Amino acid sequence: MDFDDTPQEAEFRAAVKAFLAANAERLGPGSAQGYRTGQSAPGALQRAKAWQAKKYAAGFAGITWPKDWGGRGGTPIEQVIYNQEEAHYAVSRGFFEIGLGMCIPTLCSWGTAEQRQRFAPPALKGDEIWCQLFSEPAGGSDLAGLRTRAEKRGEEWVINGQKIWTSGAQYSDYGIIVTRSDPNLPKHKGLTFFFLDMRSPGVEIRPIKQLSGQSHFNEVFFTDVRIPDGQRLGPVGAGWQVALTTLMNERLAVGEAPGPDFREIFDLVRRLELEDGPAIENSVVRERLAEWYVKAQGLKYTKFRTMTRLSRGETPGPEASIGKLVSATKLQEIAAFGMDLMGMAGIMTDAEAMPADALFQQALLYSPALRIAGGSDEILRNIIAERVLGLPADLRVDKDVPFNKLPTGKR
Amino acid sequence: MNFDFSDELKQLREEAKRFLSARNALAAARRVLDGNAGYDPALWREIAEMGWIGAAIPEAFGGAGLGHLGLCVLAEELGAALAPVPFASTAYLAAEAILIAGSPAQKERYLPKLASGAAIGTLAVAEGAGTRIASSVAQDRLSGTKQPVPDGDIADLAVVAALGTDRRAALFIVELAAPGVSRERIATIDPSRGHARLTFSSAAAEPLGAPGGGAALIDKLFDRAAVLFAFEQVGGAQAALDMAKAYALERYAFGRPIGSFQAIKHKLADVYVATELARSNAYYGAWALSQNAPELPVAAAAARVAASDAFWLAAKENIQTHGGMGYTWAFDCHLYYRRAKLLALALGAPRQWKERLVARLEAQNDLALDGATGIAP
Repeated sequence: MDFDDTPQEAEFRAAVKAFLAANAERLGPGSAQGYRTGQSAPGALQRAKAWQAKKYAAGFAGITWPKDWGGRGGTPIEQVIYNQEEAHYAVSRGFFEIGLGMCIPTLCSWGTAEQRQRFAPPALKGDEIWCQLFSEPAGGSDLAGLRTRAEKRGEEWVINGQKIWTSGAQYSDYGIIVTRSDPNLPKHKGLTFFFLDMRSPGVEIRPIKQLSGQSHFNEVFFTDVRIPDGQRLGPVGAGWQVALTTLMNERLAVGEAPGPDFREIFDLVRRLELEDGPAIENSVVRERLAEWYVKAQGLKYTKFRTMTRLSRGETPGPEASIGKLVSATKLQEIAAFGMDLMGMAGIMTDAEAMPADALFQQALLYSPALRIAGGSDEILRNIIAERVLGLPADLRVDKDVPFNKLPTGKR
Repeated sequence: MNFDFSDELKQLREEAKRFLSARNALAAARRVLDGNAGYDPALWREIAEMGWIGAAIPEAFGGAGLGHLGLCVLAEELGAALAPVPFASTAYLAAEAILIAGSPAQKERYLPKLASGAAIGTLAVAEGAGTRIASSVAQDRLSGTKQPVPDGDIADLAVVAALGTDRRAALFIVELAAPGVSRERIATIDPSRGHARLTFSSAAAEPLGAPGGGAALIDKLFDRAAVLFAFEQVGGAQAALDMAKAYALERYAFGRPIGSFQAIKHKLADVYVATELARSNAYYGAWALSQNAPELPVAAAAARVAASDAFWLAAKENIQTHGGMGYTWAFDCHLYYRRAKLLALALGAPRQWKERLVARLEAQNDLALDGATGIAP
């Protein structure tokens, strides 16, 4: 057993290190970032675009994308190596994650060569940003329960309806959207997939204020929005199959929860005094610390096992599916416990006055989202049980019923 | 990144799995559970003949020289099968103690017969509840009482933790057939692995390890054993999960397999997650053990805590998945349940190891955690 790169991996890593050292600013130690907190800062989008352009010019954007998508044609392990090195630097990736992680791969898999050539390079360069218009009030986990209508009129489709939780819609140039083209068919069979220009007439974007107080996502309303048939991805009625491509990529793209982890809670504990003495000497605190250390290391070494398979050119094993599920709850628990340790003052959110720049307080407020978005805890458990353990799928009462005959309840 | 066992060791693991399945080791465990013997002598002989006991013992001392990684993969399969043999006591405890602290003469005298299975060994530390050691050695004579001693009923030699003349804990080798040793089988929650009370009255005791180094030696031995036990625990957790899953696929209620209900699916998903986290921590422990790495104390503690947690969860939820049947003597669920708790306490409880882990993290000047990217191991 060893933790070494192969000679080729080592060469790649050296090239990445050289690029980053020459072009970006290194993060200081202990600078855990909150979730998307950097995105609200003024000028953040411009800086992110400038960085993405540099990456693209150096050949480090789209590392695993085929060359004819504008990518590097590299391997998954090279992408992992790049991500590892870039994580040490104060650069923002968040704006392009959805576009590059989900939307463009979907477009490239289902679209024409011309569409690939038109859209992939600008997305990779950071010139164009994409969003994903999937979830609706009618369905998130039950995505196939969506209701936004697409009606064919001549060579165009007319879209009416509403999407929700659309991250980044407010600055996106394009979006991928799945719609209901035939409500008389069972729900999975009557869907059609498109991509559209977010500045099309009839598209209205309204920010949603989140529990955390920020507004990174939106409602997007469609009133007679026209999409050319040329922007349809996949056959009419095959929208579900196309959406599955996107969702598969989402599982790979969505990583672990950013925010206070073992290092941050350990540092906090060593600085605080409790009513009965230093926090680090409190036995309840010590027990919790040990449990989180064991979990965090378990996740880290599980990633090593995945990397080992990637390094050999194998696909990741099923254990790769546990990361999000474990880390989201761990984050919420660490945030809550960190605040507990601060006692009555734990409720204060002033970043200058509070330990760790009030990161624990922020994490308390954004961690609920991480247990829900990108595959909720419950859906992830279903996926582990069904796809990894091979247990039977849930009984579906809605699979073969025409969509417009399904019961929907009041909410 | 090569964080995996070699193909040769994976093959060894497969062979071990096949052998234990063909020999129906689980049924043998049940016979020991129900009967009076402390172990299955025929199975022990066969395991010895395959050279497993001496996997980590150098060839010069009669071992197979496979190293500790080899012992880890064997431990996993023995743990999955609940094999009723004094393997852990002989290999991870007695032989390991002599391997790390024995003089050349002690290694010559004891390791070959432990490796061949001719002698069964064990470690005697506990003296009832609490952590106090009162047994003591004066003029190479040991007096005191140890309980519970794993395989103390059948062992030929024991490595005993006792106070030396300086009143500090140290390890001693005691041949149990010698005068001044009496033993009694004791009842525990896991009758598939025998335990005894050993009473020593001026029994001959040979110091093991350098004078004054007892506490550090005991710590080191426990760390090494913790990794090996962690593999048994991960094997056991996986076996309990497999059993629960198989039952959930066959058992029907409300017109469909109970495995199609989310209550069961989510439960088993949680067991899967805990088992994989434990497996990953155990792998890191295996690396640290095989390299004698400075990371071993922390790695061993993390491996033990994770594995104890996973096996306990898997075993109790396996019973739960089986419903009333899981509570019967006739079903095998309780064998895993008993073994899970036994192994969780065998080297000291998770609570103690969590404390041990935090104390070691505090002592480290540079955490080298790098949790975000995991570059540094």
